[in-house]
Amino acid sequence: MDSLLNAARPPVFCPGCSHERITHTLDKAFQAMALGGERIAMVSDIGCSGLFDTFFNTHALHGLHGRALTYAAGLKLARPELTVVVTMGDGGQGIGGAHLLAACRRNLDLTLLVLNNFNFGMTGGQYSATTPADAEVGSGFLNRLERPLDICSVAKAAGAPYVVRCSAYRSDIAEVIRKAIEFKGFSVLDIWGICPGRFSRRNRLTTKAIGEMLSQLPPFEGVVPENQRREFGNHYRELAAAQKIVPPPQAIPARFRPVGTGRQEVILLGSAGQRVLTAGEILCLAGLHAGMNVTQKNDYDITVLRGPSISEMILSPQAIGYTGITRPSVVVALGPEGVARRKKLFSGLDDTCLVLQASDVAVPGSRARIHRVDMKGQGIKGADWALASLGVLAKLGRVIRPEMLEAALADRLRGDALAGALEIVRRVEPGASA
Amino acid sequence: MALSLMEGNEAIARGAVAAGCRFFAGYPITPATTILNHMLAMLPPLGGTCIQGEDEIASIGFCLGASMAGLKVMTATSGPGISLYSEQISFAIGSEIPIVIANIQRLGPSTGSATRGADGDVQFLQWGSSGGLPVIVLAPADVKDCYNLTAHAFNLAEQYRSPVFIASNKEIAMTRESLDLDELKAPDPVARAAPPPGRPFLPFQTAEGEMVPPFLPLGGRTLVRQTSSTHGPDGYITTDPAEITRMLRRVQSKIDAAADRLAILEHHPVAGADTLILAYGVSSRAAAAAAEDLKRRGRPAALLIVKTLWPVPTAAIRRAAEGLRRILVVEMNLGQYVREIERVLPGQSIGFCGQMDGRLITPETIVEAVIHG
Repeated sequence: MDSLLNAARPPVFCPGCSHERITHTLDKAFQAMALGGERIAMVSDIGCSGLFDTFFNTHALHGLHGRALTYAAGLKLARPELTVVVTMGDGGQGIGGAHLLAACRRNLDLTLLVLNNFNFGMTGGQYSATTPADAEVGSGFLNRLERPLDICSVAKAAGAPYVVRCSAYRSDIAEVIRKAIEFKGFSVLDIWGICPGRFSRRNRLTTKAIGEMLSQLPPFEGVVPENQRREFGNHYRELAAAQKIVPPPQAIPARFRPVGTGRQEVILLGSAGQRVLTAGEILCLAGLHAGMNVTQKNDYDITVLRGPSISEMILSPQAIGYTGITRPSVVVALGPEGVARRKKLFSGLDDTCLVLQASDVAVPGSRARIHRVDMKGQGIKGADWALASLGVLAKLGRVIRPEMLEAALADRLRGDALAGALEIVRRVEPGASA
Repeated sequence: MALSLMEGNEAIARGAVAAGCRFFAGYPITPATTILNHMLAMLPPLGGTCIQGEDEIASIGFCLGASMAGLKVMTATSGPGISLYSEQISFAIGSEIPIVIANIQRLGPSTGSATRGADGDVQFLQWGSSGGLPVIVLAPADVKDCYNLTAHAFNLAEQYRSPVFIASNKEIAMTRESLDLDELKAPDPVARAAPPPGRPFLPFQTAEGEMVPPFLPLGGRTLVRQTSSTHGPDGYITTDPAEITRMLRRVQSKIDAAADRLAILEHHPVAGADTLILAYGVSSRAAAAAAEDLKRRGRPAALLIVKTLWPVPTAAIRRAAEGLRRILVVEMNLGQYVREIERVLPGQSIGFCGQMDGRLITPETIVEAVIHG
């Protein structure tokens, strides 16, 4: 197999830079695998390692600092047959740390070469995540304060199934890279090298010294037995194929006569856990069964099982533009949190409005007609109060009718849940005016 | 007639799938999360891919990689996520990577209020990335728009090789409304133009008179280069000022020169009006209700609903404003798009009716601003 190096664009690294050695080594690995350039994508980011994509006659994507793994993941998921090789420096590894951790956890079939030369070469030799504390670099004393990152230990802890720590000067480095590319899963190579332009001008670093430093660290030579598992892309496609197609949205024909001829606005004021939003949706579905236009606008806190839960519905035979509540027909007071959140609303209610007051939920004074329903006394659980209030409205003939409500419940619920809901809306006592 | 009940975010997801979107990546954020939920339910069984990234930067990065591999891609977030997307957005602009980005705006600044609506990002979407080049921003007013404009956005992203934003709002995204499914109309899908055969492929070369370079996917039989560096037609870094100017002018004018073609507006002129109410997004619905009310009161006002926010549809706005005494700009922020209207209509009286407190602007507020403004 011929070289994939781009004759028109030879490497431009500083004399003695280990990156140049890796460029030629990577080419040897590609040749040994007999891969054509159209089967390979080189993905790189910023810094000297970001020049790699220009030296090869392969597909290439050069992007933002530290984000190479993100493009590589998108490419590989879109084209699983492509061999995707990512180059990154210790700088890109630092700024894109979250992506390295996620890539290790994900195990998509990518090969990451971290060209680790212990500093930011292009910007003036500043310290990176791997700079030794005793090195002299372009960041003053700052590197003395931080501990260099052990990329391989982190990768292993994050679940990388294939991790190599090695010197760029290792004699079998082309073989090491080839095996990593051939591994079906995420492989990380932490390749230590010399930056003659910056780092080794102020620090004595030789190929021999790198070898000695590596020999004092725990070895990483490839397969990490405890992290072996399925490759993400294959696993994804298998699970995806088992998912069911989402049906088109349900279209509800008008079967029943609506209540009234004008715009009706309903507000449910409740507390989290009362299934206020579900009840609001059911009220809207009930409206559709009578050919009404509807909107449901919800208001809730970021908390899930605490705080107010408010749903505002409009049912109208005319098209609905503005979705805010202007003149409520019905206000349902289900919980103190919801009532408190909208307490200013009550002073504006007129005598055509019905306030449906559940059990002992206190409501501010207003001109509206108060209708009390003793939910507790009827043994209705808090989670069903909103639903039961729809049953009351249907029985009173306000906004909806029982047949609209029951049809809506059948749209939204199935089996035991439907039977239970029908039982509640049928049995709820409609209460009495106060 | 049969009606369906749908929220805006579901409509965005369905519109995207109808337009041929087969790759989505996002990170959970209220009020955009339900787009991720719907895409996760819809794409995998169609052979597509939906991924939750480790963060927003990764999510859009996945999309850019998949787009370069030839897929139609979308991501969705809210203002805080757009902040994190910013650098990737400038990559997509400068390197002409098609992508649809849904921004479900919430009340800012910063973390702000996750569950409250606003239209506080409309300048940010255009100018919130380095380099200052134009993008396309479409603003839906209702659930139907969410579907139709999203489907349209995919075609624009392909045709112009550009990011296209959907500037939605919690108040549309998470509000359910009835709609007739027959009103949901995805235009015929448009694909990226392939290069003419018989010539060596250069990834950023345009033919004479063309503004958008043809596209070949990364990973096909022809080698393709993509780069975030300032590049020439061959996709390699360049320092030649003439080449840089040609490239950047082209990326600028492919959008700016198409402003008229990209313009989507709804104009409701009315006899006897002296005021034009100009609104977009969910506030345009209150504006329409206000216009109805004003007509009943014998003070009719014309209405212009702008759906293409960027590039600013200058000619259409000028036509609609012609001869009117006053233009009232209604928006759910403290004054953003009104700056564009002042720029587009120099010498005309421009009023501003804005609010950013988590509540909808009411029709009454707009009526008051027309009558007493």
